[in-house]
Parts: sequence; structure tokens; C-alpha cells
Amino acid sequence: MNKIVANADTAVQDIFDGATIALGGFGVCGIPENCISALVKLGIKNLTCVSNNAGVDDFGLGLLLKNRQIKKMISSYVGENKLFEQLVLSGEIELEATPQGTLAEKLRAGGAGIPAFFTPTGAGTVVATAKEVRVYNGRNYILEESITTDFAIVKAWKGDALGNLVYRKTARNFNPIAATAGRITIAEVEELVPVGSIDPDMVHTPGIYVKRIFQGSNYEKRIENRTTRSN
Amino acid sequence: MALTREQMASRIAKEIQDGYYVNLGIGIPTLVANYIPKDMDVILQSENGMLGIGPFPTEDEIDPDLINAGKQTITEMPGSSYFSASDSFAMIRGGKVDLTILGAMEVDENGDIANWMIPGKMLKGMGGAMDLVAGAKHVIVVMQHVAKDGSSKILPKCTLPLTGTGVVNLIVTELAVIEVTNAGLKLLERAPCVSVEDIIKATKAKLIIPDNVKEMVV
Repeated sequence: MNKIVANADTAVQDIFDGATIALGGFGVCGIPENCISALVKLGIKNLTCVSNNAGVDDFGLGLLLKNRQIKKMISSYVGENKLFEQLVLSGEIELEATPQGTLAEKLRAGGAGIPAFFTPTGAGTVVATAKEVRVYNGRNYILEESITTDFAIVKAWKGDALGNLVYRKTARNFNPIAATAGRITIAEVEELVPVGSIDPDMVHTPGIYVKRIFQGSNYEKRIENRTTRSN
Repeated sequence: MALTREQMASRIAKEIQDGYYVNLGIGIPTLVANYIPKDMDVILQSENGMLGIGPFPTEDEIDPDLINAGKQTITEMPGSSYFSASDSFAMIRGGKVDLTILGAMEVDENGDIANWMIPGKMLKGMGGAMDLVAGAKHVIVVMQHVAKDGSSKILPKCTLPLTGTGVVNLIVTELAVIEVTNAGLKLLERAPCVSVEDIIKATKAKLIIPDNVKEMVV
């Protein structure tokens, strides 16, 4: 079995107008930089992106926003992305504001064949609007539907031809769960390693979830808030 | 004297107990880490997927793969662990996190909190806040007592879209420490040289005033 493709352009070439895509990353940490650039080049539009954030104005998913390739975002945090905030407030793109833990569980459950689940998160808030409420042990829980997507795009530190992935530090974030939620999952890795060189006990995403894999290049790994101490 | 941001952080640190797992929000809550007594075993959780946040890195230690939920560069402590966003919120929702400290735009007598959007004007998103207030064992809100326009942020009932209902345990502002009780908001402490009357004036919600409101030690 060999899931290796040449590069990002090949990996994303069949992603189509109107596709739904789950993407890994938190802020701009652990985002699939190469595939995002390839999507910009591909120019497909009306995408629905499931991603905790939408990058920053000129990096990550911010590039797709700027290019007006995204119709809808399912995200928990708009934060410092001014363009995203503007586009949502003006109604140019749709935002399904989703609590971060609910977003994570929607992807996890979706990838695990669970179509919906009850969570206490968001009970009594606008997030609960039009959702079924059930009381367990005297507490309100709301019914949240899971997410599966046409494609998932993730970034890992290391990977092999079978699609086994290892992430690094907090660049793991949403990547392992996004990887499970896509009908076609594309992984870009910093380093492709020979099959057998990853300790099976240390695999974070087992290869069964991954359809295509390639070694990315020129990672910028931008830092949003560079904070240091003096000594 | 109203408390500075640093003094508010140092006051909140007194609520932390030995052995706690704590999640700190962005802003003043992040500063609380600087005031946790050195002899206390406290482990900081970051909802992007880490237990055991260490201090900010030196210039040489900066690692773009290692950030906190505020997207600041950080370091790891011995014994740290990394995990996915779903594992992170499983421990939050599952009630394993002892304390979360976060900012707010409004809180009210019921312990409701609003901190993620102003319809039509400002949209930050809730991030992990809705899960944290729903799941953490204790919730402390730290914020300015009054907004920039002079209006009170402690209300009989929140007006902005809520983050959670009946979830806040303690409110710490530059003027006061207020406990959310079943009977309503109880004034516990006042900032040095701030009178109970000053606090009542700055608070739109009804306050329960005990006979002796002690001055904060900061």
C-alpha cells in the first residue's frame, strides 16, 4: 500500500466547488500550509470549512477568505481576524459559531459513526436555539449533530506511506479528529519516513484514516503572539 | 484605590489550591500564573491540547509548535502532556478541571456570563469558554467593574448573548470580590480605600452586604 502523492497540488486536485472541508490547526499552529496554498491556486469556490479558526488576515485560511473562496465557516473563534469578523458581520460569509469543545466532539463523533450527542455546553444560550433539550440528573443537555466532510486536510510532523501520522506538541490540536471526519483525508507532513520507522505505540493517527500523504515544503510556521521572557 | 491588573491577578491566585488543574483564559487570567505560590503543585491546562504549561520561552527556546490557547509561545514543564482538541474538551466537559478563570463583558445575579459577542458590532466567538464554564468545577470571572462608557458590567440580568447560565462562582474586579450564592451576589471584599458605597454605586445588580466587608489583602 502506498498513499504517497507528489505534492499539494496533486493532493487537492479533485476538491470541488461547494465542497465541505475539515481542517486541522489552532490559530495558525499546525495548519496545512501547503494544501491551503494549493486551494488558493486551484481557485475553487463556495467552500464550507470546518476549522477552529480562520487563520489571520494574510495567512492560513485568511488567504481563502480574502479570495472569497469560502461560503461558510464552522468555527469557534474569529478573534483577531479582522477580515473574518467583517465578512461575518456584513453577511458576506456565513458563520456557524460553535463552542470549541462541541466542534471537537462533532468531528470526533462524526468520524466515529455517531450521528449526534447530548452536551451541557451552550445550554441556555443562543447555541441551543432550535435544538432538542434533555434533562439528565437535573441538568440541561442539548442535542448536537456530528460533522463529516467531503475532505479533511491535516498537517502532521511525521508520516509514512501507509498514512500513519505523528504530530508535534500543540500542533496536534484539531488535526487527529479532523483526520477521522473526512471521506477523503489528505495529510501533509514535515517529514515522510520509511514504513516501520514509526514506533507503532507512538502513532497518533493510524493510517486507515488517511487517503493521501505527501511531504510538504517551505513551512513558514508563523507565530501569532511571540511572547518571551528575558532569561 | 482600584486594583491594577497585576493586583487582580494576585488576588485571584489566592483561590488556587494545592493539587488543582487550572485553565487560564486570555488577558488578566494569564497573569495569574505569575502569582501561584512556588510551593504549590498546580498544573495548568491549555484547551488547545496541553497539560503542564511552563513559563514564556527565552528567545532561543521559541517553538512555533508550542503555544497556549491565546496563541502565545510557551514552554513545557517536566511531566507535560499533549493531546487532541477532543481529549482536551473531554477532560474539561468531564469535570476534571478544578478551576477556570476567564474574562467577561457582563455577569449577573444568577451567575450567568456573557463574553463572546455584541450583536452587529463585535464578534470574537466563544472559543472554548462555553465548554469551560459548563465543565470546570469552579468558575472565576475577572473583569473591570464598569465598562468604558461608565455602565456597570454586573447586572440583574445579562443583556448580551450568554456564554453560560448559572455557572459563575466568584467575580473579581478592580473594586471588589463578589461571590455568587443561591441568594444572589454577596460582597466579600473591597479594594483598599474603596468603600462599600462606591461598590454599590458601580454595581447595577443587587448586592448582599454582610456586616463586615473586609479589605482585600493585595
